[in-house]
Parts: sequence; C-alpha cells; structure tokens
Amino acid sequence: MPRIINAAVKEGSFCVALAFFVVLAAFPFYWMLITAFKTNTDLYNVDNIPFWFSQPPTLEHFRYLFDQTLFGRWLLNSLMIGLCVVAITLATAVPAGYALTRLTGANAEALGIGIFLTYLVPPTLLFLPLSRIISWLGLENSMWSLVLVYPTFTIPFCTWLLMGFFKAVPREIEEAAIVDGCSLFGSFVKMVLPLSLPAILTIVIFTFTLTLQEFVYALTFISASAQKPITLGVATDLVRGDIYYWGELMAGALIASVPVAIAYNLFLDRFIAGITGGAVK
Amino acid sequence: MAAIAEKIRGRRSRFEFVFDRPRVLGSAFLAPAILYVLMLVGIPFLLAVYYALSAYTIYHPSYHFVGLRNFIAMVQSEIFRRALLNTFIFTIGSQILGLVLGKFGALLLLRPFPGRKFVRALVILPWAVPIALATVAWEWMFDSLFSVINWVLVAVGLVSRATEPQWLGDPQLAMLCVIIVNAWRFFPFAIVIFLAGITAVPQDVLDAATVDGAGFWRRNYQVILPMILPIVVVGLIFGTVFTFTDLSVVYLLTMGGPVNATQVLGNLGFQIGILSGDVAHGAAVSLFMFPVLFVLVILMLRFIRRREI
Repeated sequence: MPRIINAAVKEGSFCVALAFFVVLAAFPFYWMLITAFKTNTDLYNVDNIPFWFSQPPTLEHFRYLFDQTLFGRWLLNSLMIGLCVVAITLATAVPAGYALTRLTGANAEALGIGIFLTYLVPPTLLFLPLSRIISWLGLENSMWSLVLVYPTFTIPFCTWLLMGFFKAVPREIEEAAIVDGCSLFGSFVKMVLPLSLPAILTIVIFTFTLTLQEFVYALTFISASAQKPITLGVATDLVRGDIYYWGELMAGALIASVPVAIAYNLFLDRFIAGITGGAVK
Repeated sequence: MAAIAEKIRGRRSRFEFVFDRPRVLGSAFLAPAILYVLMLVGIPFLLAVYYALSAYTIYHPSYHFVGLRNFIAMVQSEIFRRALLNTFIFTIGSQILGLVLGKFGALLLLRPFPGRKFVRALVILPWAVPIALATVAWEWMFDSLFSVINWVLVAVGLVSRATEPQWLGDPQLAMLCVIIVNAWRFFPFAIVIFLAGITAVPQDVLDAATVDGAGFWRRNYQVILPMILPIVVVGLIFGTVFTFTDLSVVYLLTMGGPVNATQVLGNLGFQIGILSGDVAHGAAVSLFMFPVLFVLVILMLRFIRRREI
C-alpha cells in the first residue's frame, strides 16, 4: 500500500511540474488569443474573470486590423523581404556549405567556424555603421535595406547548418557520378542537390523565420509605416499616442506568430541536428 | 553522328575543365558568401571603430579624430555606468533562470508520456515566436490597469486593488520583469539543447555506470553532465551573446525606464546613436560590448572543438 501511495505522489508531482512548464510557456499566447477575440467592453472591465469570455467572442479587432491599419501591407512586406533573403541565402550559402565540406582542404573547418562566428556579431554592434551605409545607398526607410542586411546573419547560420547536412551525403555517390563522366560541378548539381532537398527546405524555412523574428535592424532602418515588416509594424505602429489598442495588438501578434510557431515545430529536429553536428562530426 | 560529337564539344567549354579542379570550384563556391559577410559585417565593424574614435554625428558628419575621448566621456557618465551594470545583471540573471528551467524541463520531457510531442510543441513556443511580438503580449500582461497577473493576485487575496504592484513602473520590479521575459524566451532553447545532449549519450555508457553501482544522481552529475557539458556551454554562450547585446525586450517593455533602471548597453547605444543622432558616442557605447563578446567567442571556439556528442 505505501508503495502505491508513493507511486501516486510521484506521478502527481510529475504532472504538476509538467503543467507548470506548459502554463509558463504557453500562457502569454493563450492570453494573446483570448484578448484578440474579446470585445473592448469585456477587455477593460476588471470585474470579469479575464480567462474566458464574458461576452460572446468578436472579430472586430481583426476587421479593424485589416481595414484601418497597414497590416495587410506589412504582411506583404514581410513576405517579400523573406522571399528575397531566402533567394540570396540559398544562392550563397548552399555552394559555400558544399565547398567547406568537400572542396576546400585542411583549413575548411577553421573557415567554417570563422563564418559561423560572424553569426555571433550582434546587430547592436553594427547597426550604427550599417545605418550610415544604408543612407549612403539611398535605402533609408525602405524595406530593401533589410533585404540587403538580413543575409549577414542568415548566410553564416545556414552555411553552418548545411555543412552538417552535406557531410551526411555519402561521398561515393559523387565519385560514382564523376567516374561516369560527370563534371565536378555537375555532380554537385545532379547528385548532391537532389539528395539534399530536405536540408535545403529546412534552410528555406529557417531563413524565413529568422527574417520574421528580426527586430533590431528593422527598428533602426525603417520608420515609414508603409515599409515596415510585420513584426516591427505590430510592435510599434499599433500604439497611437499613449493609448494601446490591445485587442488589435494581440490579433496582429497572433497572426504573425502562428506560421512561425508551426514552421519551427515541424523542423525543430533537423535544426537541432544541424546546430549540434556542424563542424566536428 | 558528327553533329552529336560537335554538340558535346560545344557544351564542355574550357571553363568546365578549370572548374573540375576542387580548389578552383571551391573558391568560386565560397567567394560570394565570404564577400557578402566581409562587406556587410567586416567593413561596418571597422567603421564602428572609426566612428567611436571620431566626432561624427548625423548633423555634422566630420571625421575629426578625437582619440579615446568618446569612451572616456561614456565611462564618466552616470547613465552609462548604470547601463553597464544593468546589462550584466540582466544577462546573468536571465541565463541562470533560463538554465535552471531548461534543465528541469528537459528532465521532465525526457520521460515518455502520452502527448509528449504536443507538450514539447507548446513549450518551444517562447523561443519560436518572434520575441518582439511575445514581448508585446507580456507588456499587456504587465499593464498598469488591466494586468492579468495582478487580477490573479487580487483574486487569491495576496494584494488589494489599491496596493497592487506596478510591474513596469517600479525600478526593481521592472528589472525583474525584463529578466523574467528574457529567461522565458531562452528556457525552451536550453531545454532543447539539454535534450539533444542527453539523448545523444550512448546507452552502453549509462548501462556500464549502472552496473558499476551509480545511482540516479551520480549518473546525472558524474556521467551525463560531463559528457554534455561542451554542448551546454555552446548553448549558454549563444544565449549570453544574444541577451547581452539585445535591445528588443528592454526597448518594448520599459524603454530603459523607469529613470534608466532597466537601461542596457544595446538600448543606450540605440538612443544615443540613432534617436539622438550622436553616432560617435553611440558607437563607443556599442563597442564597450566587444571585450565581453570577444571572451565569449574564444570560449565558444574552445568548446566547439572539444565537443564529443
């Protein structure tokens, strides 16, 4: 009998601990969700229980967001920035990752680590000179400045991930292609690339989410509302004067968060494999 | 027949034979990435150093050399010293909290139970969702009038409506809030790193330890921990670098306030260099982060090579 009680206590504390973690991690998002669908009179009444609807849910905040603000424009901006940065990153990081795993000799690992370390150079160290460079280029207040700057962290990051992935492709496949008359470049295009499609898809998703998550450069370079990406627009533009429109804010944050959250969870395992298996193995 | 032979000769140009040398193709493949990074990370960094040594503002773009005067002016400034201290408190506090939460979370998620994938997906959220958006949600939770946290505290009876805490208005509480939000943002990353490390420990090592009489704690702290230490340190350095240099949480939650109580280097550099346009002093503030970053990067290099798992 004491053994059963012991086991029950153990199970119980496990569940409590688990519940604590889930609430800690997910409550702000639940709060986002419920705020986005509440009517204003419901939101700003402290006598109501805040965790559920006291009045029926409403879509008014979403309607306001799309009709009265530049939210739709910000979504498009983010999509455009993301696609361009993905294209630049793929064009540079895929060859670089392959070169570092197969084509360069002894100092490839040092070079790879060197590239990776540039990922650790933070935006707050570079934003001042970069903002000067951007204004010399005439890209002030334009989303193209972000297209130019974001690859500085996506290229190092993706090159590092790709090094890990390319190492997993058996060398024999390329050798067989070359013996059969393929050029070195041809073996890369015809054999390695098709085999690495899952890895490349991972890169696309992560580059895209990195551009959505970025805040510091966007804040520094862009103050014109129509040019803002979604993260910046929601965080800075929906506050008018000192008045916060929490319903709209949370609705906007929710829409922008959901795709990133889903993408992250789908690709998490590959991401971890890449981050932990880059250079040595 | 002749036509086919010609076609093939035409396709294989001289360049292709050059590119068949791994060295040549390797350099050609690497060049775009390296050039991009050099142009937009290397050059701006040198420029930052140059600005910090000059009297450059966006209104008077002069390159007049002033030596270390900007740095000295910053060290003498009360606000800067406050920001420097705050940055360390902020970083160390949130990393310790994040690591502790991460370790316990990983222990929980290691055990198989129904719905584990779903729970993991929920727990990953703070790290996945753009931090600026999550911070806005926290700002709403810390709201001065409609804070849900205060609502719970009042409902439980811990505080009354009149004495409820002003989370972002009180200097000490504001610091606590900023630390909590940042730890909250990083603990899923710590969980993931711990999980990846622990599941990569070979089972036979654990079995051997068990046969030799090692219990739960001994296995955890004398077998697993030393084996996963390099990867945990790499994760920790990641977190430290991004916390130490961050400005988004502070900027959105408190703007460095109340009265610079949560001012950090990143935000101060932004306020001086971008908002006031005093690029020289702003660059000097940013460069104060460099020594710490440099030490962290050296540490990272040592551990990244020592990694076994």
